[in-house]
Amino acid sequence: MAETIIFQSLPARPAPTKTEGLVPWAKANLFANWQSTVTTFVVGGLLLYFIPQFLNWAVLTATTVPNADACRAPGVGACWGVITEKYRLIIFGRYPLEEQWRPLVATLLLLALLVASCTRAFWNKWLLVLWAVVVAIFFALMYGNVLGLSKVTTDRWGGLPLTIMLSSMSMVMAFPLAIAVALGRRSKLPAIRTFCTIYVELIRGVPLISVLFMASFMFPLFMPQGVTIDVLIRVFAGLTLFAAAYMAEVIRGGLQAMPKGQAEAAASLGLSYWQTQGRIILPQALALVVPSIVNNFIGLFKDTSLVGIVSLYELTGSLGLALNGDADWRPFKLEGYVFITFIYFAFCFAMSRYSLWIEKQVNKSKLR
Amino acid sequence: MSTNLEGAKDVIVFDKVNKWYGNSFHVLRDINLNVKQGERIVICGPSGSGKSTLIRCINRLEEHQEGHLFVDGTELTDDVKAIDKVRKEVGMVFQQFNLFPHLTVLENLTLSPMYVGKVPKKEAEEKAMMQLKRVRIAEQAGKYPLQLSGGQQQRVAIARALCLTPKIMLFDEPTSALDPEMIKEVLDVMVAMADQGITMICVTHEMGFAKAVADRVIFMDQGQIVEQNNPHDFFNNPQTDRSKDFLSKILGH
Ligand SMILES: Nc1ncnc2c1ncn2[C@@H]1O[C@H](COP(=O)(O)OP(=O)(O)OP(=O)(O)O)[C@@H](O)[C@H]1O
Ligand SMILES: [Mg+2]
Repeated sequence: MAETIIFQSLPARPAPTKTEGLVPWAKANLFANWQSTVTTFVVGGLLLYFIPQFLNWAVLTATTVPNADACRAPGVGACWGVITEKYRLIIFGRYPLEEQWRPLVATLLLLALLVASCTRAFWNKWLLVLWAVVVAIFFALMYGNVLGLSKVTTDRWGGLPLTIMLSSMSMVMAFPLAIAVALGRRSKLPAIRTFCTIYVELIRGVPLISVLFMASFMFPLFMPQGVTIDVLIRVFAGLTLFAAAYMAEVIRGGLQAMPKGQAEAAASLGLSYWQTQGRIILPQALALVVPSIVNNFIGLFKDTSLVGIVSLYELTGSLGLALNGDADWRPFKLEGYVFITFIYFAFCFAMSRYSLWIEKQVNKSKLR
Repeated sequence: MSTNLEGAKDVIVFDKVNKWYGNSFHVLRDINLNVKQGERIVICGPSGSGKSTLIRCINRLEEHQEGHLFVDGTELTDDVKAIDKVRKEVGMVFQQFNLFPHLTVLENLTLSPMYVGKVPKKEAEEKAMMQLKRVRIAEQAGKYPLQLSGGQQQRVAIARALCLTPKIMLFDEPTSALDPEMIKEVLDVMVAMADQGITMICVTHEMGFAKAVADRVIFMDQGQIVEQNNPHDFFNNPQTDRSKDFLSKILGH
């Protein structure tokens, strides 16, 4: 009779530690094989060539004196004086100079609200109330005509406050609209399905610039005599409709990816259509498409620069406004663009970092 | 083992039910079936014979086009109220578990009692913990479904269905996505449930389970109920060529 062999389990060991230090890191990441080594040298060479030149222009030979003649002196690089001289016009557009504290406060409030909205601790029904309050304060401050604030009509609004206001508010409106349209395209009712499909296809088929153009010039033709809607609201509606069409398709992609079993399990538990969508399908589908939605948001943020076509001077527009009419400073537009590039980049980068954080949050349930 | 069903009323009645997928695929053909309260039924048959479709009609995950189908006295029609009422009476367990991966085990269980049954959270949680104990998995309440093994997930799914205190439980191949060593833990839970008198309809090829708990075995082929009998007679003395052929295939070579 054969004896039973006793199973011997090997003791668990910690995983091998990765070697630290610059040299092993470089070996692994930069010089792992000949292709990687060649790439390293080519890219490194280009960087070595361009970075010193840029630094030379932007820092070493640059001047910050707000004096156009000093900038024109031979051998002078970047002329940051243009920013010191014009930054208020670039950032606040044509808003009356002595009243510019109002857009500053209003925008800081709005930014604080946006940051709060991104924080888990604030995700409850009071957030909606908070939004209503802050938006009301925002418009009261910007428009004035109350509490002794002088009236500033919307055609004088501009610069960064306009960019932030237009993009954040149309994001907030476009998001629920996009969800509704995405659900509508999957509805059992043919009328709703067709309507949503037509909407998406129509909007996607035209450039944003024509949507804005139509919102601002054609829309009034359909309004009864004497009724006018502020151009800002029309542009806001145009941006929202445009962004929602794209976002709806992204969300629909997420809905499509949900296994059928999820909705069936919810139905078998007696959940209604809206309960199923709201508690089971959407939370998972939206989590799947966070990167694409943030991508849309970032696109929308930069697309606001197109509202220049209807004479609203947001950040990019007010840069033109600040420099085009001024023969002294006009040659230094490049510095102005570098300046607003940094502003755009800061916001977009913040959004994409936030998207990574959200992804981490929603993936928690998938971690073992 | 067999339940005393004498005098029990019919909780499910299929009356000449027909169903098509699309226009051409006749998936259920003239189904007549009465299930008594407390009865335990096992449905078997070759793949594609319409077993899943049949039990999914009972909670209206699929709709039939002809005939009448009554569940606990309510006829299933397009009437949403009737469907809601029936779904509260009927729990279902799926082959792929279909737990909600973004919710913890406990939240999976309390969801329906809280939002459909309007039970206060605390009470729903107490009841959920009770059901989790019943399927011997209470210590996993705070985990997410994907952190559990297949057998554990299926037991959670059973507990979730039980949280509605259903009169009827439907099982669609609850063990066929599981590794052999996990099948037993799920079947044990189901056997224990059978002892408590709930009406069970179970699509399964676990013939040991059928022999142990079923009052009746139903054999389906090509959308029809071909044969039904108590398990002893069905396995030892199948009546039709179809069932003989099927049994010879699944019971060994
Ligand atoms: N939504 C659907 N649309 C069209 N045909 C379908 C659909 N669902 C199932 N069928 C077909 O209907 C037939 C019966 O399917 P059903 O799932 O009821 O079979 P089953 O007996 O449960 O088989 P299995 O043992 O493989 O699960 C199969 O031929 C299947 O291909
Ligand atoms: Mg099946």
